Amino acid sequence: MLINLRRALVASLLFLALLGFGYPLVEVGIGQAAFSATANGSLTPYGSTLIGQRWLGPRWFQGRPDSDNPMASGGSNLGPRSEQLVKSTKSQITALEKMGIAPTSDLVTSSGSGVDPDISPRSAFAQVDAVAKARGLAPATVRALVVSQIHLAQFGFLGSSYVNVLTLNISLSRLQ
Amino acid sequence: MGFFWTVVALVVFLGLSWRFLGAYLVSIYEGRTKWLGFVERPIYKLIGVDPEVEQSWQRYAISVVAYSAVAILFTYLMLRLQGSLPLNPNHLGAVSPALSWNTAVSFVTNTNWQAYAGETTMSYLSQMAVLAVQNFTSASVGIAVAVALIRGFSRKNSTTIGNFWVDLVRGVIYLLLPIALVASVIFMAQGAVQTLGGAVHVHDVLNGFKQIIPRGPVASQEVIKQLGTNGGGFFNANGASPFENPTGLTNFLSIGLLLAIPVALTYTFGKMIGSLRQGVTILAVMAVLFFSWVGIGTVAEHQANPAVAKAGLVHQASGNMVGKEVRFGDTSSALYNVASTQTSTGSVDSASDSYTPMGGFALLTGMMLGEISPGGVGSGLYTMLLFAIITVFIGGLMVGRTPEYLGKKIQAKEVKLAALGILVMPITVLVLTGIAVAIHAGRVGVANGGPHGFSEILYAFTSAANNNGSAFAGLSVNTTFYNVTTGVAMLVGRFAIIIPVLALSGVLAAKGLVPESSGTLRTDKALFAGLLVGVILIVGGLTFFPAVSLGPVVEQLSNGRFF
Repeated sequence: MLINLRRALVASLLFLALLGFGYPLVEVGIGQAAFSATANGSLTPYGSTLIGQRWLGPRWFQGRPDSDNPMASGGSNLGPRSEQLVKSTKSQITALEKMGIAPTSDLVTSSGSGVDPDISPRSAFAQVDAVAKARGLAPATVRALVVSQIHLAQFGFLGSSYVNVLTLNISLSRLQ
Repeated sequence: MGFFWTVVALVVFLGLSWRFLGAYLVSIYEGRTKWLGFVERPIYKLIGVDPEVEQSWQRYAISVVAYSAVAILFTYLMLRLQGSLPLNPNHLGAVSPALSWNTAVSFVTNTNWQAYAGETTMSYLSQMAVLAVQNFTSASVGIAVAVALIRGFSRKNSTTIGNFWVDLVRGVIYLLLPIALVASVIFMAQGAVQTLGGAVHVHDVLNGFKQIIPRGPVASQEVIKQLGTNGGGFFNANGASPFENPTGLTNFLSIGLLLAIPVALTYTFGKMIGSLRQGVTILAVMAVLFFSWVGIGTVAEHQANPAVAKAGLVHQASGNMVGKEVRFGDTSSALYNVASTQTSTGSVDSASDSYTPMGGFALLTGMMLGEISPGGVGSGLYTMLLFAIITVFIGGLMVGRTPEYLGKKIQAKEVKLAALGILVMPITVLVLTGIAVAIHAGRVGVANGGPHGFSEILYAFTSAANNNGSAFAGLSVNTTFYNVTTGVAMLVGRFAIIIPVLALSGVLAAKGLVPESSGTLRTDKALFAGLLVGVILIVGGLTFFPAVSLGPVVEQLSNGRFF
């Protein structure tokens, strides 16, 4: 037993060096050298395109009703028969209707990460009229902008098509 | 339609991995792969192991336990000392004793149950040098035990079943490390973060919004957590976090990686015992169960969420989107979580707690069957072989003769060991769940009312005892009660199965081969595969039906009622 404990200790130290430092640091090296934009968090001057933000007011496309706090990521964990979920969804539906946006399922539900940066194309189109009105733009211009921002499912079949809210709003701000 | 092609691509990916990774595994564990000999030999010298000398099952088991005990202690100490160690840009303090114990046990047993949120609890050193190291070695231990059991079947009149230290080291350096090195690069290219820089403060001048965005060496940990069927996320949101799992491609690769080794091991098994058909039979049983559960999970999640419908949005074309990411969609999310609970991974790309009752049922019962379709790396195969032994025993009872499996006579001792290995998990789950719902400390942490709250507790212990690690995450588990009890469940669920499996391997290796006769139940035929599926479903169904009835089943049937 004693000899095995000694072996276990030495093995743990060797694995610490090889797997605990060697492997991740090599990957940090590769990431920083070859993929520095993504490996550092896909940052733009306005935030990360991979981390959702809260957009206030009808002048912006709205993202999902997440807490958008990446220091406390995760979903609401409310169950499918939760009275609380019924209540919070109701108030989200009311809020959207007040802004003149027809509710869609991803606009009234919070995500798994709590920082979902995307909405479905359907949800983006649902907001076109409200945003165009608030900014005094022609709805057709805004709709064309949304169309140009749609990411189709990767390679045509992996995942779902989506619109990134941050890049959509950045290009929206450049319209005027 | 996209989902159909996702499944097709997954089948192709797994077919290739079955054939080629499976063959590579044979040459790794038969000692023929030598291209990293210059790394391997010095490791044996330093550890003090002669790679040519094999061990009896007892010595093999002692080595497994010794390595795991040291690893738990080492992990515990590193987490306790976190505050005074380097690579801690966000200045996080020491992890509490109960949480350190729970986390150390969790990562060493390949569970990766997480009672903490990574972004606010673990330093970069703890993540990459403490926890991720266990992702590699706990996976390698699991594969080593499975290979040792295969050797028990393939050898005759042998007193040894291999050398644990050699199997451990070879699994890490020839199998896990090279694949992880390559896969991490793809994840980084897609958007996964890999940096030692600390959190960034963002101030978006467009909308006046401020954020603190945590980062870290994420990609390297993400890849091994999937490949080693570990499942512990860098961030609290796990695979739902865009920094861990940024695109449809990484989501697909995550699913492929976590299934790759468990599937390939059935080829390895067939080759090593000298009959590929036996391996194919096992794979077929796994596939039948896997795709049935994928069917339940994806259909359930494609339905409307009842609470959202009651709130007024009846028409939900994109399925239940509560707790799901737009870039994955409902069905790919369900595929990920089902695959992760059918293996011992437990990572999630969507919030399991917010699944529809039947979606949650698919996740929970996938684990309750013992994680054999295809199960964790190594653990899936060895648990499945325990079920195969019970099945030939039942077959033998039907015709009244001594059963045999793969040329080995299955007698009282083998059946007892197999039954022990199978019953440990349900007993642990049901007893601990019973205690938790009976006392205040167990009930206080539930987030949802009614049957869903019961499901949260049942799910927690099922996940811990099966070394899965996924959670109905609404349950607050960072309490002394849950840290201690789930820690016990994880230890029992790991070692009270590994030790009988190794004993079984030793007993089988010592036996000679019995020639096949006309009365032998052929175990490479559809009849046996069907019987095996039946045994798995009956054992799982009989033990867990009452408990599941109180949780997801009641919830599904409680039409119109909200809690």
